[in-house]
Amino acid sequence: MTQLRLAGQPPATGTPLLEARNLTKHFDVHGAARRRSGRRALPQRRRPMAGAQGPSADSGPVVVHAVEDVSLALAEGQITAVVGESGSGKSTLARLLARLIKPTAGELLLGGRPVPPGRRDARGYARQVQMVLQDPFSSLNPVHDVRYHLSRPLRVHGLPTPGLSLDETIISLLERVALTPADQFIGKYPHELSGGQRQRVAIARALAVRPRVLLADEPVSMLDVSIRLGILNLLGDLRDTERLAILYITHDIASARYLADTIAVMYAGQIVEAGPAQAVTDDPAHPYTQLLLGAAPDPDRAEQAPGTSASRASRAGRRGTPPSLLAPPPGCRFHPRCPHAMAICAEAEPREFEVAGGHLSACWRHARDLDDAQAAPLLQLTPHRSAASTPLAPHHPHPTREET
Amino acid sequence: MAIGTSTDLGSGPAAGPGLVPAAGPARQPRLRLPRSPKVLIGLAGMIGFLTLAVIGPWIAPYDPDRSFSTTASFPQPPSAAHLLGTTQQQQDVLSQLLAGGRSTVLVAFVAGLVATLLSVLIGVTAGYTGGAADDLLSMLANLFLIMPALPLLIVIFGFLPPSQGGDDLLIGLIIAVTGWAFGARVLRAQTLSLRSRDYVESARITGERGWRIITHEILPNLIPVLASSFLFTVLYGVGTYTALAFLGLVNPNHWSWGGMLFYAQVAGAEQSGYWWLFLPPGLAVALLGTALALLNFGIDEFINPRLRVAGLSRRRARLAGAGGTAARPPRRFVLGVTPVVRGREPR
Amino acid sequence: MTAGQAPAAPARATAWRPLLEVRGLCVDYGAGPDAVHAVAGADLTLHAGEVLGLAGESGSGKSTLAYAITRLLRAPGMITGGSVDYHPEPGRTVDLLAAGESGLRVLRWSQISVVMQSAMNALNPVLSIGSQLTDVLRAHQPALGKAGAQDRAAGLLAMVGISADRLGSHPHQLSGGMRQRVMIAMALALEPQIVIMDEPTTALDVVTQRDILEELMELRARLGFAVLFITHDLSLLIEIADSIAVMYAGRLVERADATALFRAPRHPYTLGLLRSFPALHGPRQHLTGIPGSPPDLRGLPAGCVFHPRCRYALDRCRTDAPALLPLAEDGGRLAACWLQHGAAAAPAELAVPAPGADLAAAPTVRTQP
Repeated sequence: MTQLRLAGQPPATGTPLLEARNLTKHFDVHGAARRRSGRRALPQRRRPMAGAQGPSADSGPVVVHAVEDVSLALAEGQITAVVGESGSGKSTLARLLARLIKPTAGELLLGGRPVPPGRRDARGYARQVQMVLQDPFSSLNPVHDVRYHLSRPLRVHGLPTPGLSLDETIISLLERVALTPADQFIGKYPHELSGGQRQRVAIARALAVRPRVLLADEPVSMLDVSIRLGILNLLGDLRDTERLAILYITHDIASARYLADTIAVMYAGQIVEAGPAQAVTDDPAHPYTQLLLGAAPDPDRAEQAPGTSASRASRAGRRGTPPSLLAPPPGCRFHPRCPHAMAICAEAEPREFEVAGGHLSACWRHARDLDDAQAAPLLQLTPHRSAASTPLAPHHPHPTREET
Repeated sequence: MAIGTSTDLGSGPAAGPGLVPAAGPARQPRLRLPRSPKVLIGLAGMIGFLTLAVIGPWIAPYDPDRSFSTTASFPQPPSAAHLLGTTQQQQDVLSQLLAGGRSTVLVAFVAGLVATLLSVLIGVTAGYTGGAADDLLSMLANLFLIMPALPLLIVIFGFLPPSQGGDDLLIGLIIAVTGWAFGARVLRAQTLSLRSRDYVESARITGERGWRIITHEILPNLIPVLASSFLFTVLYGVGTYTALAFLGLVNPNHWSWGGMLFYAQVAGAEQSGYWWLFLPPGLAVALLGTALALLNFGIDEFINPRLRVAGLSRRRARLAGAGGTAARPPRRFVLGVTPVVRGREPR
Repeated sequence: MTAGQAPAAPARATAWRPLLEVRGLCVDYGAGPDAVHAVAGADLTLHAGEVLGLAGESGSGKSTLAYAITRLLRAPGMITGGSVDYHPEPGRTVDLLAAGESGLRVLRWSQISVVMQSAMNALNPVLSIGSQLTDVLRAHQPALGKAGAQDRAAGLLAMVGISADRLGSHPHQLSGGMRQRVMIAMALALEPQIVIMDEPTTALDVVTQRDILEELMELRARLGFAVLFITHDLSLLIEIADSIAVMYAGRLVERADATALFRAPRHPYTLGLLRSFPALHGPRQHLTGIPGSPPDLRGLPAGCVFHPRCRYALDRCRTDAPALLPLAEDGGRLAACWLQHGAAAAPAELAVPAPGADLAAAPTVRTQP
């Protein structure tokens, strides 16, 4: 897949605040893991592998294809959700955007201008792009109090608001994340705060430098259900009042639909579908999104009569697990699990197709110009469950029909 | 999340129905007095010995070098005048013990301090920077680890001029050089673990510099391990110094417990039954070692709450059972058979 | 997707035979004045073949309750009151709190088994899963012999959809979903009457979770065991449970049939919880969750434990703790709230008429999301 760019919701104000183009990240594999993967070739010098197919069996460097050719644009005053299961690469994507890890290929553009690689001006980047991590119990250092946590970003970037003392700035930050009365919280240590309060402190810390972009990596997954909405609503408020560009990473598609303006669905390191939040959840175009939506708990659906055809089809697709990222399947990475797989799906990676305004899907089913050979359905073996570390057994394409 | 003191090493929500969440009222947990009797005994012992080190020579009844009689040629057993008897040279054993205490404790603590400093410098840097620097520093630590300490020290002390051989500070420094490697490895391992914690990553996202992360984010969380490593090295220092003095490598005019043992051996104390010559210094070394070890156990339990004995102290069990016909909760819990203790009013 | 009800079973769970009766159970951590009351007076009844969901957030005591029932609670937990009676057959009663170690050993796994939250922590990493399965079998049925145990282990794996050649694998060689399936197979090895599942799918991704739950329901339909399903995800329970009990701060606050609870909650906490799950369909509405956070068990508020977070709190709620009582409209439902048992009428959101008991006349099937 070459380019899947999200069309922001109108009105798009020209340049997105943060843009990623063709981001790719391959992790080298060493030692025992390499031996287990069956490769005997020595690793070669790492080279960028933009848009490559999976490596062939016995040659080439041994890498985990964590993120493959992802393009994303975060616009001002928009929340973009990236939805995927564990292992889909969404956390790696967040870390690439935060510049915690270096991409194997691709580039980042901040405010339209390319970000130079290397540590040059890392601090300036940190002022514009901040991140909130998943685990509120370990993202705050237990030996420091709230005042310390919030004062560090201010000090590092030389930022107390003119006219206000450090404490006053900190208090205003705490009020922005609704931790009131603020002066009671300022001296507390992390173990004295609940999970939701800790997460608010983490958000306040990220906001201290007045960034333009906020990356939130599963910010509510580890919180109690009844307080998740408080944090999500806070993110929504920040989008509205401060016009931040927010990236919301989650495995829960319902919360993505609730909060986000745009949803991108990731599978095995690639974005497979993207578009306006309601469109993606109401009319999913990609079979994987359909699978996700079918699997998510839905109390309303529970009262429908069981055994409808939709549920049977989605059951067929559920068998199997995400592919090994050491040797992803050729062509579309989802095709071994896809109930609609065709011959072409096993050979070529699908490009993105626009199924509706701003709604894109990377699936060959949307192509209009396939010939019969390409469109012939793949004969799948009886769906069986496989371990996550081995790809499914090879399949045999259906013999082509005679041309008439 | 653990009840009471939480330390970062091994923190996080406890899986399963083990412990109750602690988003409690404001507490300062870090300065709580230790409850365990082990720790209290160890602490008392250490404070006792430290006090001894300071005031020992002053409270000694006599000058340890002074010889009381030129006629007697055997060590005299304990008597009213000499509470621990005298040596072969008719010197007061108790005074020697008290004077020697200062030297032994001083050398041990100097060794512990310097070795810990070295291990922090090398271990934490290696753990945090990684890459080539880590490889180099680890190799250095491994080198010092496999070097046989005692033979090396024997050689070094053999070359020292006698005047230097009485300098506590120098002795401590030299012992430290052989004792930092183990702590460095432990600290490196801990730093590697802490380096991938979320709060370290958050500090990097904020834009903190590396050295600042090491000193302010990582080091404070290493304090329990540091304390344990320090105590362990002090123990090592005590043992090594005593051994060196016993072997006669330290200036014999400089009193230490090991020196007393040296003289005891020269006098043939064991064969001749002069127990007051070797028992007091030996016991003193053993007691100091025990105090340090007990303190170390206490710190281990602090670091890892699971090592605490699962059960109730006698006092708590008594409190719980106080209430007429209430059944007493058991002192020791059997895994798999949750005790049923009735007698409380259900709320 | 098979719904939670067993085929052709009566819609009301209370029509089934009671299997496990818990009355007034109190569980503390620690003793003396510092004790934490993790569960305070819980009443629960599990009927044969029923799926009872136990929902609650952190600190609610749901896991503590389940482990206390089986006497598997670790130190310093202890049971300080109440009774737990198990009825393996009609007319026979076993007092689980009075049982000693040998009695418990006989009961455990052959009558009551547990599937724990994290299979990676519950499975021994150095033993193959085959040997762990045969371990269970041979401990309880020594007459089976080695070959017999192997066969049965293979059969158990087949039952959860894992091929028999996996008997020699170690836990780390299996995916998360497979490990959890092995745990389920182990729990069903001796065909117990009750299976307690403590958040069995929390650590898994949504798709695997759906798979496992479906298989679980199929197995339950086949083997007929009762399930006590503990989770914090109420939306999951609606799909698989027959009845649901909601816990808060160590107390049960509501218990009802699944559909009734979902459509017509009677306790403000249940209402708040239901409104904390954004919908997958329909217009986007602004939701607020529940203000505040779950309380610290060492400093519980006076009166009703939920009143500081409750928008309908009355004056009475600040001083008197409501008891879990049957509702006037329906003796099978229980709620602990003054709004339901007091003189004043409940607000409209908490007085929605419950759907009919007969599932065949279910509310309108959604045709359009």
